[in-house]
Amino acid sequence: MTSTITIDGKTVPFTEGQTIMDAALAAKVYIPHLCHDPEFKPHGSCKLCVVEANGRNVTSCTMPASPDMVVINDTPELNEDRRALVQMLFVEGNHICPACEATGNCQLQAAGYYLRMQSPHFMHFYPPRRVDASHPDIFLDLNRCILCELCVRASRDIDKKNVFGISGRGIDSHLAVNSESGRLGDTDMAVTDKAAHVCPTGAILIKRKGYTVPIGQRIFDQKTLREFHLEQQKRVESEDGPDGG
Amino acid sequence: MADEKPKIRIATCSLAGCFGCHTSLLDIDERLFDLMEMVEFDRTPFTDIKHCGPCDIGIVEGGVSNAENARVLKEFRENCNVLVAIGSCAITGNVPALRNNIDLWDCFQEVYLYDSGTEGKQIPNDPELPLPFDKVYPIYEVVKVDYFLHGCPPPADAIWRFLTALIQGREPEIGYESLRYD
Ligand code: SF4
Ligand code: SF4
Ligand code: FES
Repeated sequence: MTSTITIDGKTVPFTEGQTIMDAALAAKVYIPHLCHDPEFKPHGSCKLCVVEANGRNVTSCTMPASPDMVVINDTPELNEDRRALVQMLFVEGNHICPACEATGNCQLQAAGYYLRMQSPHFMHFYPPRRVDASHPDIFLDLNRCILCELCVRASRDIDKKNVFGISGRGIDSHLAVNSESGRLGDTDMAVTDKAAHVCPTGAILIKRKGYTVPIGQRIFDQKTLREFHLEQQKRVESEDGPDGG
Repeated sequence: MADEKPKIRIATCSLAGCFGCHTSLLDIDERLFDLMEMVEFDRTPFTDIKHCGPCDIGIVEGGVSNAENARVLKEFRENCNVLVAIGSCAITGNVPALRNNIDLWDCFQEVYLYDSGTEGKQIPNDPELPLPFDKVYPIYEVVKVDYFLHGCPPPADAIWRFLTALIQGREPEIGYESLRYD
């Protein structure tokens, strides 16, 4: 028997083990997110997907759905909080979109558009961050890393290589590369690895590919973050087979 | 008479920017004539007036990278009822802010002393030159800003729609298509 929850008044079915996010995405109810990708184990770090479930704020990508749960998602208040989170992600890194190869294809940028971020609001940190060009095919620019751990999860769970990890605490948290020198060129990461293609921002870039798609034809010139994420869900569903795997 | 109502006064300036936003403003092309029907320009690179008087709208391109930028920006804020940050440099610091992670002295040495093509190498030090700040600051970190118009630069159409709304006393709407950070 399937049970149901309601999200913003809409009845949404779920099966045992599904999170609020899983159920929502399957029902095409959009909850904004950045660190969640249906292909990977949830991580719960960006907090963009926070919803009110039975009166408590929870991250919907990690919170299991339970029968008759009442979820509030698309409200001006929650979207305002999400916008503030995106603003913080911008000022805590060095996001110079006009100079970034990922512009137009970047989910952080698209989240800013989706949530109508008109200004960075907070003071910029301009933190000193490392750039690593040591790998022949992959470029790593930590100025743009939002610590979503998608590359960590992809490298660990799919590539079985453990190339990346997060090191440090609080504002000193940073992406670390698992080699003695700490350089990407000294790992066995390959350009065909899943981890090379999951970064939602421009922190991991494939060399000699920049600016190949003209402005106006890039992903988020064509669709909103919402459309992109709902299609991403559809792709995963069809890979899993019609019964959802 | 009704048509003698004073025109809206607009001032514009470019701080640490490349003049791309001003160029985009000029890109409204023949609509410049319509604009001139509605407004009068105070201080702006178009008029070459050096100080800004009381204005309705102030438009600022570029971030704050030196003492002169800060002085101009403060004068704008004191004189303009509505202050608009136009373009990525005014909003995030943008490309000029790429120097923010580099020690200013290292930056100067790199630019003026180490480059092999430079002749008579010396770091400029003339009292006429404004003192550089350690960092390039977005303008909202220095003064209160009322509106932000993103883009590097914002497209002429976006500027036109934004400006006409402000001039006509409407709340400018920045639609999804016009909100671009690059
Ligand atoms: S990673 Fe995204 S948000 Fe960051 S600079 Fe690049 S385009 Fe902008
Ligand atoms: S490099 Fe990209 S994928 Fe990896 S943690 Fe940073 S933002 Fe996420
Ligand atoms: S998507 Fe749930 S915390 Fe990031």
